[in-house]
Amino acid sequence: MSVYSRSTDGKPPPHEDVVISSRVRLARNFAAHPFVSRANPKQCEQVLDAAKRVLLDPAIAAGMIWVDLNQSTLRDRRLLFERHLISKHLAETEHRRAVAISGDETLSVMVNEEDHLRVQALERGSRLGELFQRVNSVDNAIEARLDYAFSPRWGYLTACPTNLGTGIRLSVMMHLSGLKMTNEIEKVRKAAKDLNLAVRGYHGEGSESAGDFYQISNQVTLGRSEEEILREFVEDIVPRIVEYERCARKKLATKDTTKVDDVVFRALATLRAARLLGHEEAMKLLSRVRLGVCAGRMQNIDLDAINELFLLIQPAHLKLHTAAELEGEALREARAAVVRKRLD
Amino acid sequence: MQKCDHCNKSAVVHEVTVRNGVKKEVHLCEVHAREAGIVMPGQQPINQLLTQFVISQSSKTAATRTVIKACPGCGLSFAQFRQIGRLGCAQCYSAFEAELSHLIERAQGGGSQHCGKAPERSGASLDRELLIQRLARELDQAVAAEQYERAAQLRDRLTSLDAPKDAGATMPRASAEKPSA
Repeated sequence: MSVYSRSTDGKPPPHEDVVISSRVRLARNFAAHPFVSRANPKQCEQVLDAAKRVLLDPAIAAGMIWVDLNQSTLRDRRLLFERHLISKHLAETEHRRAVAISGDETLSVMVNEEDHLRVQALERGSRLGELFQRVNSVDNAIEARLDYAFSPRWGYLTACPTNLGTGIRLSVMMHLSGLKMTNEIEKVRKAAKDLNLAVRGYHGEGSESAGDFYQISNQVTLGRSEEEILREFVEDIVPRIVEYERCARKKLATKDTTKVDDVVFRALATLRAARLLGHEEAMKLLSRVRLGVCAGRMQNIDLDAINELFLLIQPAHLKLHTAAELEGEALREARAAVVRKRLD
Repeated sequence: MQKCDHCNKSAVVHEVTVRNGVKKEVHLCEVHAREAGIVMPGQQPINQLLTQFVISQSSKTAATRTVIKACPGCGLSFAQFRQIGRLGCAQCYSAFEAELSHLIERAQGGGSQHCGKAPERSGASLDRELLIQRLARELDQAVAAEQYERAAQLRDRLTSLDAPKDAGATMPRASAEKPSA
C-alpha cells in the first residue's frame, strides 16, 4: 500500500490517526567509483549502468520501473518529489541521475543522489519493521552483486559523515495538530532533540511543518546497530509521541469541545466554499479537518479522501490533473476546485 | 628599577611564587628570560599568537611552501571538505581519519565504531566480531532496563558465539536478524 493509496484490506494502517506514513532508507556507495560530488560525467554514467542492471532484475523486486531523470520533464520530476519518491535535490539538480520505483510506489532507489544509492521503502501508517525488512533484503541482493564502500571502523561509507555507519534513516510523518493546539509541540521538539532525533517539515530537510505535519527521524547512524535504532523507534519513540498526541486530542475534546468544533468545522466550511486556495492555506485547513475526523467530531468525511487531498493539492499534481501549466491565481483556483469536488 | 637577578640590566620579567608559605621572587632581564625559556609576547612569531590563519602559497618561494594534504583517491583536500561538507570517495575516510574522527564522533552522538550490518564479502570474521560487540551492548541495555528474559536470550546467543571459531557455525547476517517490530 503506497503512502496515498486507500486501504485495500479494510484495516486501517497502524496508528493512522497520528502517523501518516513511515519511511526507511539506506545510503550506499559503490567502492569502485568516487562519490557523486567528485565523479565526472563518465563515472556518473557508469554508476547508473551498474545500478540499472541490478535494480531491473526481477530477483531484486518485481515490476521496477526505471526513470532517467535527465530525460524527464520538470513536471514529472516534481510529481515524483511530491509523492516522496525522490528528493528535492534529485528533482532539481542537473547531473546524470535516475530513480527505480516499484509499481506500487512503496520502494524507490535514487541513483546518484548525494550517495550512489538511496534505497527507500515507504508506506502508510506506522510500519517501520516491515519497511526495514524490505530495504534490507533489497540491499542484500544489491550487495551480493556489487561491492559497497565499507570500512570495519566506519561501516558503510557515505558522502556526508552524518549518514555513516549503518546509513539508515528511519522517518515517521506525524500529524501533531492536537499538540500544536494545546501549545505542547515545543516540548515534543525539545524532547526529540534530547533523543538525537531530527524534526522536519512535510517534505523533509529544509521544509516547514506546514499543516502540523512533522517528520521525525533518527540522526545517529554510527555506533548502534540497525536493530537497536529500529527497536527504539518502534517500541519507544513512535508509541510515546502517538500517546502524547492522543492525550492532547482527548484533552481538547473533553475540555474545549466547542473551541475544537469551531476550528474544525470552520476549516471544513472554508474548504467547501473557497474559490481560490493557496497551498499553505489548504494544508492548514485540511490538517484541521483531519483532526476533526480523527477525533470523531466529524461524521461522513472519509479519512482516505482527506489524505489523498494532501497529495492532490500540490502544484505538479494539479497541473497533471488539469493538463495545463497553471501558475499563480489559476493554480489556486484549480486547487480550490479539486478540494470542493472531493469534499462535497 | 628592579635589576636582573643575574646581571645589572633592568629586569623585564617579574615572577612571584608562594609555595608552602614561602615567597620567592625572580627578576630577569630580556636575555636571561629568554635563556630561562620565557618568550616575550612581542617577540613571539605571529603564527604562534593566532589561532586561525591561512598561509599564502607562492609557487616561486620555496621557503613558504605549505603541504596541503589531499585524498589520494579523488584529490579532495580537507579544506574543500570543510567547505562543501561532503567527502569525495571511500579513500577520503582513511586519508583524513585523524581530522574526521572528532568531527564524526560529535555528529554521531559519541558513536565512533560501526556495529551494524556488514557486507558479506567483507568476511565472516568481521560479521562475527561486530555481532558479538552488538549483542554485548544490547545485553547491557536489557539488564539496565530490567528486561531479564531478553537478557537471558542475549546471553545464550553470546555464549553460542563464543564457541570455537572452527566449529563451522555460520554467522547470521543483519538480514537474518528479525527486528522486534
